[in-house]
Amino acid sequence: MNQADIAWMLVSTALVLLMTPALGFFYGGLVRSKNALNTMMMSVAALGFVGIGWAVLGYSLAFSGEGLWLGNLGHALLRGVGLEAKGTIPHVLFFSYQGTFAIITAALISGAIVERMRFGPYLAFISLWALFVYAPMAHWVWGGGFLARMGALDFAGGTVVHVNAAAAAGVAAWMLRPRKDHARQAILPHNVPFTLLGAGLLWFGWFGFNAGSALAANPSAALAFANTLFAPVATLVVWTLIDFARGGKATAVGAATAIVVGLVAVTPAAGLVSPLAAIVLGAVAAFPSYFALLYRARTRLDDSLDVVAAHGVGGAVGALLTGVLAQKAWNGTADGLLFGNPRQLAVQAAAVAVAIVFSGGMTFAILKVLGAFVALRATRGEEGLGLDVTQHGVEAYSHGEGAILVLPDTPPARAFPGVAFDFEGTGGAS
Amino acid sequence: MKLVVAVVRPEKLNDVLESLFREEVRGLTIQRVQGHGGETERVETYRGTTVKMGLSEKVRIEIGVSDHFVGPTVAAILRAARTGEVGDGKVFVMPVEKVFRIRTGEEDQAAVTPESEIAAR
Repeated sequence: MNQADIAWMLVSTALVLLMTPALGFFYGGLVRSKNALNTMMMSVAALGFVGIGWAVLGYSLAFSGEGLWLGNLGHALLRGVGLEAKGTIPHVLFFSYQGTFAIITAALISGAIVERMRFGPYLAFISLWALFVYAPMAHWVWGGGFLARMGALDFAGGTVVHVNAAAAAGVAAWMLRPRKDHARQAILPHNVPFTLLGAGLLWFGWFGFNAGSALAANPSAALAFANTLFAPVATLVVWTLIDFARGGKATAVGAATAIVVGLVAVTPAAGLVSPLAAIVLGAVAAFPSYFALLYRARTRLDDSLDVVAAHGVGGAVGALLTGVLAQKAWNGTADGLLFGNPRQLAVQAAAVAVAIVFSGGMTFAILKVLGAFVALRATRGEEGLGLDVTQHGVEAYSHGEGAILVLPDTPPARAFPGVAFDFEGTGGAS
Repeated sequence: MKLVVAVVRPEKLNDVLESLFREEVRGLTIQRVQGHGGETERVETYRGTTVKMGLSEKVRIEIGVSDHFVGPTVAAILRAARTGEVGDGKVFVMPVEKVFRIRTGEEDQAAVTPESEIAAR
């Protein structure tokens, strides 16, 4: 084991974990104030529900055994996940690091179904999805499954995380049907500063996501780090220029989106292309996502926070451009189309297609089964009042006016047996 | 001249505005307010603190109209703001003593008649 590697991976794991609450801010700012907490809770809850599933079963399905299609139950309930080396870091650290990926991937889907999905069914959905969609995909690309054997390049999860989550998001948005106000009235972001804050924290966490995917403190991590810095920089510039060209004003939500699109696009390429290629990749990636956003808004698909346009289109473009721009001189493993290996582009395209079909199909199946047992959607009335109050019994921006304190009917359990607590002003014994 | 004051659900505001604009009612003021209209109280919990929210978010709309506009205006609000549940709100119609349009200094009836109608004459 290598102590520098351990130190870097400890930091990376914490960085990736931060991305999930950051995503909560990014998404939370984009919805109406009556749904702000529900939207943020969708990310926060993933930390818990996906995290526990990962420990119990998900990690084993993804990273145990040599199966072509799926891992085995060898590491279920963390059996055999100890202090021994996995690569150059302890196995528990590798397990933790991969867990943070499962969490953020499931949380990404929530952007497509905000402001209308009931919270209980949402929890069931992401829990099942992380086990039966994310874990197999992770196995195929990183756990020695068939996509890895085909030679698909996915440095930090462009396909496994972003295309995978976006395919699920598209299907989920379609199955849940549009919000009642969708395309009927303007639904505006209630707190754009939150969205910018979220984008900034996502970028910060993404250094752990991409540079940490080297699984070591080595030159490859440094390359991934530089690319994670400069690809979104290019996307941001190009996005802003398109904004100027189209409407004459650089928009704030546009800037936040551009950062995420650039990060998504560079994810599969991070440790595989030169920094100059990453800048080109980031710049090019701005266009398809920008126009996918505009196109989606004119359709009846209520992918509310544009997971498909940002993560699906951005992820697919990144995966394909990885097949074009990868350079053996930088990554030591494979060249892309531009460096004389056209086959790589075909492999990348195949991996993206597999992710879309598998994730889309499985998401459809999971939601169909769940939908047979429970209502997935809030009622129209609940949607009108907002999901914060109806799903969680809390308000994001409560003023406290007219709030009547409900005092407990019975005193709490006594701290000291035999000593009776007397609550003043509660009207005596009740 | 009358002052029409309506208190409606915030989520119905867009429907109400649309309905009013369709009736050519163009001049209005809105305020976000809190009120109680017999709705069941919502219970909210913030860690250990449980509260009953006695007041609900509402939107108060004020519209100064000339007499023959009162009927269509009230009808438009009733039509658009109704859900059938307790808490849909109220519409009040009150007499108005004087109205001035600040831009022109016009008074009373002329001050609450929409520009489009004046132009049509």
